[in-house]
Amino acid sequence: MITAQPRHLRRRYDVVVVGGGPAGLEAAVAAQNAGAAQVLVVDREPEAGGILQQCIHTGFGLHRFGAELTGPEYAQRLVAQALVQGVDIVADACVLDVDEQRRVKLMTTASGIATVDAGAVVLAMGARERTRAAARIPGTRPAGIFTAGLAQRLVNLYGLMPGRRAAILGSGDIGLIMARRLVLEGVEVAGVFELMPHANGLNRNIVQCLHDFAIPLYLSTTVVEIHGRERLEKVTVAPVDSTLQPQLAQAWEVPCDTLLLSIGLIPENELSEQLRLRIDPATRGPVVASTMECSRDGVFACGNVVHIHDLVDFVSAEAMLAGTCAGRFATAAPAPADNVRLLSGENVRYCVPHTISTEREHTVYLRTLRPLESCELRLVEAEGNVLYTKRLRYVFPAEMVTLKLRPAILQKFHGGTLRVDLVPRAFPEQGDAAEPSFPLSAPDKRPGGEP
Amino acid sequence: MRYDVLIIGGGIVGCALARELSRYRLRVVLCEQEAEVGFGTSKANSGILHGGHHASLGTLKGELEWAGNQLWDVLAVELGFGVRRVGELTVAQQAEQLSVLDTLLHHARVRQIPGVERWSAAQVQAAEPALASTVLAALYAPTTGVVNPYEACYALAANAVRNGVELRTLAPVQQLDLQEEGWVVTLPQARLVSRFVVNAAGLWADRVAELAGVRTFSIHPRKGEEYLLDKRLQGLVRHVIFPCPSPLSKGILIIPTYDGTLMVGPTAEAVEDRADLSTSAAGARSVFAAVRQLVPGISEKDLIAQFAGVRAPADGEDFVIGPTARRGFLNAAGIQSPGLTAAPAIARLLADLLCEEGLALVPRQEFVAVEPPRIRFAALSPVEQVELTRQNPRYRRIVCRCEQVTEGEVLDAVEQGATTLDGIKFRTRAGMGRCQGGFCTARCLELLARARQLPLTALTKRGPGSWLVCDRPDPTASDFEKAGRP
Repeated sequence: MITAQPRHLRRRYDVVVVGGGPAGLEAAVAAQNAGAAQVLVVDREPEAGGILQQCIHTGFGLHRFGAELTGPEYAQRLVAQALVQGVDIVADACVLDVDEQRRVKLMTTASGIATVDAGAVVLAMGARERTRAAARIPGTRPAGIFTAGLAQRLVNLYGLMPGRRAAILGSGDIGLIMARRLVLEGVEVAGVFELMPHANGLNRNIVQCLHDFAIPLYLSTTVVEIHGRERLEKVTVAPVDSTLQPQLAQAWEVPCDTLLLSIGLIPENELSEQLRLRIDPATRGPVVASTMECSRDGVFACGNVVHIHDLVDFVSAEAMLAGTCAGRFATAAPAPADNVRLLSGENVRYCVPHTISTEREHTVYLRTLRPLESCELRLVEAEGNVLYTKRLRYVFPAEMVTLKLRPAILQKFHGGTLRVDLVPRAFPEQGDAAEPSFPLSAPDKRPGGEP
Repeated sequence: MRYDVLIIGGGIVGCALARELSRYRLRVVLCEQEAEVGFGTSKANSGILHGGHHASLGTLKGELEWAGNQLWDVLAVELGFGVRRVGELTVAQQAEQLSVLDTLLHHARVRQIPGVERWSAAQVQAAEPALASTVLAALYAPTTGVVNPYEACYALAANAVRNGVELRTLAPVQQLDLQEEGWVVTLPQARLVSRFVVNAAGLWADRVAELAGVRTFSIHPRKGEEYLLDKRLQGLVRHVIFPCPSPLSKGILIIPTYDGTLMVGPTAEAVEDRADLSTSAAGARSVFAAVRQLVPGISEKDLIAQFAGVRAPADGEDFVIGPTARRGFLNAAGIQSPGLTAAPAIARLLADLLCEEGLALVPRQEFVAVEPPRIRFAALSPVEQVELTRQNPRYRRIVCRCEQVTEGEVLDAVEQGATTLDGIKFRTRAGMGRCQGGFCTARCLELLARARQLPLTALTKRGPGSWLVCDRPDPTASDFEKAGRP
């Protein structure tokens, strides 16, 4: 592991990046490439790299590096790149506050609290996991209930097991990966229980983590009660109806000493809120322009703090953009303003960025509310004219939709708002159905069926 | 060795009594069955210092509520925990409830509680704009405050120990025998002899009385579920909001806790099992339905934690305090709301009763009333934070980001006696914020393990049985060996 703690903090940095995960490291390097001479990354862990450090499985970096890497390998490439470029990384430190003049107050183990001035700030704090209270699971409060990420940390970084027999609530990617991880470590996994009628993780993880290890996935099923006084003894699970109400008459008990929660991530926006940035209620992250700039001048954001990404490779791409724009903001003329506001229309949960420009090329990320097959993405003008359509074989809530928007597409458009819709195609083509696209057919096991 | 007083139960009453008795030349031992003090009913308390006017006239509860209320400010200053007099509003939403406000106002007049007054709907709206517009009138009491019940327990116990009280945890009383030399108290680890025994065993007080051969009352466990809301709602209401009370319960309250987060609850449900600390979907529904009547802006979406506690009312619903038919055995039982408020007054009353029973209360010259202030990074001003971290590297690393708890505070908590993860949480707030320990649990465990020189696998959430992590299964172990593992 290459690490370097700067001996002294400067009074002023061109760009200060909050968070040394993939988003922060990538943004820092991009900022430097864009002309920012002094860049500081602040990270709270003893080593930069973020959550990647505990993701010891492979599957990272196919887009970014053209190679299949583990999380720590991906992180190490980014750390090395940052250090080679002369980015200052201060680890084991915490940003306490960022004010309107972009003065960043941080606490380091070397010297306590210091304030540095920043030409631009990049927020890259990542996300936190939803907890038991978010799922409102009634019952007792025994030991043995962990978020999947905490369990991953304990297993992969501490070499300790969360228990002997686990149930997993939620089919988010971390939960799926932990299901496999626990089985490999000799911990029994009773099953993965998912409230929704479809899985919440990537298809490849359903296949590689559950199917390949014969771990049952129970769709439309949730944990309705937790039992055990000191340590978890069992959970009661029940199927849910189409309105997600548990059907208690069909409930059954699953003996287990461990419950992992993989029920979603929430952007970690304490600093964003302190800064009074505009927050999008759909993403729970800041509203961002096409430069990844937030509602306050010179404050940029990227990665999971903006919206939850499927792949770190997408985080890298977004962070490079944010870092480049932050670097330019701090050292040269900032980019011209956007003239198009994107609205989330039919079946679209959110789109990021929230505004774009007809003059530049953009990558727009969006998420669907419901799974659809043979569908299309439409950009619709305020008057109802469809400006652009893109055919999609399928859309699925767990998979981000990526839209490359070139200026040519928006040639005839002169600014204003554009609505993004995801709608079924009127006439699906023949080839569409031939390829099974998303795991509608995931095994749905119930007691009484297979043992 | 023979003790003068053995206190059974390290809840708020036992801790307050231990601290009160530590003023005198006495040998005192406090026995708590859980891993740390305050881990029973006290930790799940709503944390309200009641204004003094709620309990009915002519009850011991009522007398001690107001007496206790007035003792908390001095305790807070001496022991370095927080009390905030936020005031309360008991609101009437129906015409027939207006008479209840009159009754409570009458209580206040008789007890000479200052500042209690009737507020019109307009006054209520001006002070609490988030309250439902259906509020007709309210009774305002400036004397009501909020406190962290577990913090109070820890501080009282710590000061008692500083003044010579012996604290025994994981020490449930198994047997009580009155013999020549005094009461022989059998614990799993030891037999102790004491001239006096005070039964402050909360939920188990009737069982303890039975062990002593004087079961004159029964405890009727009544569960209450509480729901803690995200900091986002901080400041939505400023006063403790009470609906008009019913005979069984004060109803579902909205409590701006000492730490700023809002808490709603508690339910009141008679339960068979006194160890039943489960929350229920029905409880959550009833709490939020009731709360929405008071403040329509509160929703389940802001829930960050839920928990339950079990109240320990005795027959007749009043406190059972005093000597019994067996020489040297005193009860401090049936302590339910306003028990927390009353606790310092209960402690004084018990000291007086012990004196009447023949215990000589000779003040100790060397009594230390004041605890050194505890460091709470998040509560310091920016200038104080800079100063603290400049001087002391121990406080330079944030362990819990949601609540801004530093490594130094966690280490302080361990030095002050935290032996469990919950003990750290209740002392420092690490893990109490919106991520509920997602990030800091591993770090807290590491610090606790290092300080106590234990492997992480030996640590627990709140005592024996609540283990947190275990070793990797050994693939070479035989089935017989595997079966023997936890």
